[in-house]
Amino acid sequence: MNNLVDVAIQYGPTLFDGLKVSLTLTLLSLAFGLPLGLVFSFGVTARNKTFRYLSVFFVEVGRGAPALVLLQLMYYGLPNAEITLSSMASACLALTWTTAAYSAELIRGGIQSVPPGEVEGSHALGMSYRDCLRFVVIPQGLRIALPSLMGFAVLLFQATSLAYSVAVPELMSQAYSIGSSTFQYLPVFIVAGLLYAAISIPATWLSVFAERMLSRHL
Amino acid sequence: MEMIRAIAIGLPLTVLVTVLALLIGTVVALPIVAGLRSRNRLVWLMSRGLVDLLRGVPPVVWLFILYYGVSVGAIRLTALQAGVLGLGVVAAAYLAEIFRGAISSIPKGQWEASSALGFHRATVWSLIIGPQTARAVVPAYTTFAIGLLKDSSIASSIGVAEIVFMSSQYARQSGEGIMVFFVAAGVYILLSVPLGLLSRHLDIKMRKAVAR
Repeated sequence: MNNLVDVAIQYGPTLFDGLKVSLTLTLLSLAFGLPLGLVFSFGVTARNKTFRYLSVFFVEVGRGAPALVLLQLMYYGLPNAEITLSSMASACLALTWTTAAYSAELIRGGIQSVPPGEVEGSHALGMSYRDCLRFVVIPQGLRIALPSLMGFAVLLFQATSLAYSVAVPELMSQAYSIGSSTFQYLPVFIVAGLLYAAISIPATWLSVFAERMLSRHL
Repeated sequence: MEMIRAIAIGLPLTVLVTVLALLIGTVVALPIVAGLRSRNRLVWLMSRGLVDLLRGVPPVVWLFILYYGVSVGAIRLTALQAGVLGLGVVAAAYLAEIFRGAISSIPKGQWEASSALGFHRATVWSLIIGPQTARAVVPAYTTFAIGLLKDSSIASSIGVAEIVFMSSQYARQSGEGIMVFFVAAGVYILLSVPLGLLSRHLDIKMRKAVAR
């Protein structure tokens, strides 16, 4: 126990820097992945074949393949195609792909559960298809999808711990390097685990809370 | 050809880790569900805390704690043991939540009716609540199993020679990184298709069995 406190005090700042990298990676992947997910959520049912097949490919591979495979694909694979990215950029690209694929399905689920009467209503009011999507369907669909998107964001934050395998200096790789230089594996990993838990447990509560708030009137 | 061979060598371990972790998870989840449903506040709080902690810490961290951190005397867990155990306990937490949700989705009337008819607790669970819960649990359970199949790749981080471990080794040796990872992704997708079909089949079959 004393050991744990010592480690927490001595290596806390290093681990905290790692945590900041983890959070940055999460936020960047969400910032790029969510808009892309919205595009794919329409793409998988689009009439344009190229657009549809491309969306289905990205969604199915992004959801079907483990995040670890995508990470390694971007870091060890892309250099073969003469594209060499930094570890942070390749991790960001891989997790953006995962985010886009999962959020596409979550957003599609939300949009499909918008009552058809809403669309009929906007037709009856003479709104164009585009306005109907923009002002009626998408806002409500996103609202329905919000709790599950928040739940996904927590999982994504946890998935950033896999980025240590492509040398991103996030929390897990900081913990590992401290562990291998001091042989204090157990306390360091426990402190790192508690840091992860300190973010993801309250975030999960927040998503449950959001679900309760939003489903109050349904 | 070398590439296919590398992935084929990894395949059995991926399946093994997934199946064993799912088994451990299912068995360990049962006492946790009992704890989550307990009326004793202390038991409830401890189970709730356990579930939140297991789910709040990423699986890699659990694997690293078990593999590098735990030693009893001179005995340390092998990579496979640590991988299966780590993924198993994390799975137990997620499955406990799934089971709890399924049980609470059973209409109250079923409980009331069975107590009105004076059934024994064991009978209530084995003949009334149990079968209905099983039906409610199937979709979420298989979705989770497919997720676990993908999460089994995390065991590569502590050196279990499953698909991702073999692919990344091959990628570094041969320098054909793109192809091997796409094939690995394809294998994971192919593995999850039969699971999805099985889930749909079970769901339809059980839907028929329960007359409504």
